[in-house]
Amino acid sequence: MNIEIILFIVLASIAAVTSVMMITRKNAVISAVFLVLNFFSLAGLYLLLNAQFIAVVQVIVYAGAIMVLFLFVLMLLNTEAEHQLFVDKKGIKFFAIFIAVFVFIQLAFLIFKGAPSKSLNPDQAASIKAGTIQTIGQQLYTNYIIPFEVAGFLLLAATIGALVLAKKKFE
Amino acid sequence: MLTIPMEYYLILSAFMFTVGVAGVLIRRNAIVVFMSIELMLNSANLSLVTFSSYLGNSIGQIFVFFVMTVAAAEAAVGLAIIIAIFRNKLTVNIDEINIFKW
Repeated sequence: MNIEIILFIVLASIAAVTSVMMITRKNAVISAVFLVLNFFSLAGLYLLLNAQFIAVVQVIVYAGAIMVLFLFVLMLLNTEAEHQLFVDKKGIKFFAIFIAVFVFIQLAFLIFKGAPSKSLNPDQAASIKAGTIQTIGQQLYTNYIIPFEVAGFLLLAATIGALVLAKKKFE
Repeated sequence: MLTIPMEYYLILSAFMFTVGVAGVLIRRNAIVVFMSIELMLNSANLSLVTFSSYLGNSIGQIFVFFVMTVAAAEAAVGLAIIIAIFRNKLTVNIDEINIFKW
């Protein structure tokens, strides 16, 4: 057992358990806190995969910005806890869980049947080089400059859209 | 490193995606449904980063960067819509928001 396998098991089990906890908690604020934990463990997994830039962006954008927005709206609206989570419409909810389990079994079968790790041997040096901010920045400002600009424009449009939608009334 | 078979990461990604699907289907609070969608986006990101890292190619990580941009824009606009709905109907329960349902 080397350190990589131990770290993977710990981080992956945190990610799996917190994702299940997130959808089963009655109180939405507790769900949001479990989602933050899930995002942090994903950032750790990205570091294990040599994706250092994506790991940092995950913590800043997801665990920072987006979850603060979610918690702000949750506390602003002060919604009641779902005490009836598994009580009403029981049949539909168990059918939904059954569908989800079935889809997971299909995906797992496909992944193990396809076995992508058998047909490629990972190159450690190339993998580390691909994850650095230098490589990603160079790609973003040369080959992907138009998508980058479009993404900036999308953020501008989202800012204006959020302002217009959340304003008290339209003039 | 990279001694772990990449199937393990893909299985974790598939598991998180199906948990997100189940969350969208069983929860009635619109904000929690939104958080489940974020969970699904993150599981897709995990598999993109896995393939990018094991192939030694940075394009997958650039794609993850754009997914994060779209997710941030989507969260801002979606939460603004939820606030607007709450102001009109005083609820975020998606069973009671049914004006488009026939």
